[in-house]
Amino acid sequence: MVELSEKMTTTEQAERGTSSIQLGILLAGVACLLAAPMFFYPIFLMKLLCFALFACAFNLLLGYTGLLSFGHATFFGGAAYFTAHAVKEWGLNPELGILVGVLGAAALGLVVGFVAIRRQGIYFAMITLALGQMFYFFCLQAGFTHGEDGIQSVPRGHLFGFIDLSVTSNMYYFVLAVFIIGMAVIWRFINSPFGMILKSIRENEARATSLGYSVAHYKLGAFVMSAALAGLAGGVKTLVFQFATLTDVGWQMSGEVILMTLLGGIGTLIGPIFGAGLVVTLQNYLATSDFPVTIITGVVFMVCVLLFRRGIVGEFYASRIGKKLGF
Amino acid sequence: MTMIFGIPVQALFGQLLIGLINGSFYALLSLGLAVIFGLLRVINFAHGAQYMLGAFVAYLLLQYLGIGYWPALIVAPVIVGLFGAVIERTMLSRLYDLDPLYGLLFTFGLALTIEGTFRYLYGASGQPYAAPALLSGGTNLGFMFLPNYRGWVVVVSLVACLGTWLLIEKTKLGSYLRAATENATLVQAFGVNVPVLLTFTYALGAGLAAFAGVLAAPIYQVSPLMGSNMIIVVFAVVVVGGMGSIMGAILTGYMLGIAEGLTKVFYPEASNIVIFVIMAIVLLLRPAGLFGRDA
Repeated sequence: MVELSEKMTTTEQAERGTSSIQLGILLAGVACLLAAPMFFYPIFLMKLLCFALFACAFNLLLGYTGLLSFGHATFFGGAAYFTAHAVKEWGLNPELGILVGVLGAAALGLVVGFVAIRRQGIYFAMITLALGQMFYFFCLQAGFTHGEDGIQSVPRGHLFGFIDLSVTSNMYYFVLAVFIIGMAVIWRFINSPFGMILKSIRENEARATSLGYSVAHYKLGAFVMSAALAGLAGGVKTLVFQFATLTDVGWQMSGEVILMTLLGGIGTLIGPIFGAGLVVTLQNYLATSDFPVTIITGVVFMVCVLLFRRGIVGEFYASRIGKKLGF
Repeated sequence: MTMIFGIPVQALFGQLLIGLINGSFYALLSLGLAVIFGLLRVINFAHGAQYMLGAFVAYLLLQYLGIGYWPALIVAPVIVGLFGAVIERTMLSRLYDLDPLYGLLFTFGLALTIEGTFRYLYGASGQPYAAPALLSGGTNLGFMFLPNYRGWVVVVSLVACLGTWLLIEKTKLGSYLRAATENATLVQAFGVNVPVLLTFTYALGAGLAAFAGVLAAPIYQVSPLMGSNMIIVVFAVVVVGGMGSIMGAILTGYMLGIAEGLTKVFYPEASNIVIFVIMAIVLLLRPAGLFGRDA
């Protein structure tokens, strides 16, 4: 974890003192997002926000606890199915449907995490990948997911019973609100005593154990938290696109979220947002051509790992401008 | 018709054979993974892609050069092994000092690139590859009908597994490999060229995967996606076996292949998740894996 910890120190300094410049950047970012639907296609923006939240939830585990989960699609796609089922078959309100998705993802996270934290490092990655594939096969065969067809034409419904989400702008601001709440939760979580202990586990697991922390419980807690937030992103995504399919639970999706995080900057709060933005834009751009996205994804992966391990935001923090701004 | 546990004997042995075939591929692939991990501390995600490459090289050799199955069985692993050596020398070797997770991510990207390229060039559907004339047809064993080619795959993969085991456990080269696994710096101090040893190991692992790929080509179709579905199962196999021992990887591969075959007979719905379920149970009872040494 040498490489990881180096860049951590710079980012942690950033998190400690929120200078007025950083607050300004934050407000400017929120203002941009509020105004964005006037300039961009709203569905694209909503997709971007969902994936950004997903990537940040994933980063909670990789960046702040040092656990590489290769099966996070389980929670994202699983929640998508749960929400779709709750809204379409049970007729729940969207906010309750998303709650079902989040709770379902957290429950899945509890089960997967319980098994996976028995091994460390590279084994942890392989186990989560295998369990993710198991969930994929489960979704392929289970009745409520409708196999290859997925759950189609999920109604968006009325938020709290009176805000019509089939109106695009209403949906956009709802997604934005969920995104901001999700990010606030992540920020609060990593700056809490719990988050500090997670970072200590990332840096030196043996020492954290020797200090009397029950490492397994903290890891499991982080895993469930990350799964639940990934589920939040998945549930909202279902409402945006009005379907849930096998694509969301496949291992390719797990790979994508790793790429977003790696590209944006592992262990930086906002890095995964930029990573998700780039990946989603790239996919949109290539969707019309017949050139397969996997080749680009694969090459970007290799380049990132070889030359660019800090990611975009990590490199920016480490650069002279970044340091001047107090990051 | 004879029945065992209410299942026709024919069906039972048929699925057992399929399980044994799958087990042969699991064993060959997890063996290669274990050898690479042992020395390089890299989990080779591209192992599935290299398996697919082996099958594709055999297919292309036949299509464009008219080179048949038997030469391909040697030539394809050599080509893929050389490709592996180039990758290791130019890129993978830069990652040894980092967290092993970066090796996993790099090879994941490599796998995506290779797979995407072949998908772009040849489409996602499979290409047929005929079994050699010598091994066509089958033999009636009395209790079941054994297609000759499948029998050959079981025998030759056993030989390849045992051969690799002998190479690592009983030869001079193998002793260097094992010594370098324990303490690379010390082995280097004794005058062994460790970087070359690392390149050789990666090429050996990639070659083994390609060998499995050529063997698999007549059974499954040659398709760009044949590797990625395989590699995840093989990861589960490796977790169950623990990567500490070569023999452990081989045995676990066969065991899980057979377990999968039997599940197809008794409870077909669970056949594609049974290996993952076994993995979860093993992790709960014996986290280090059946043959693992590290706790």
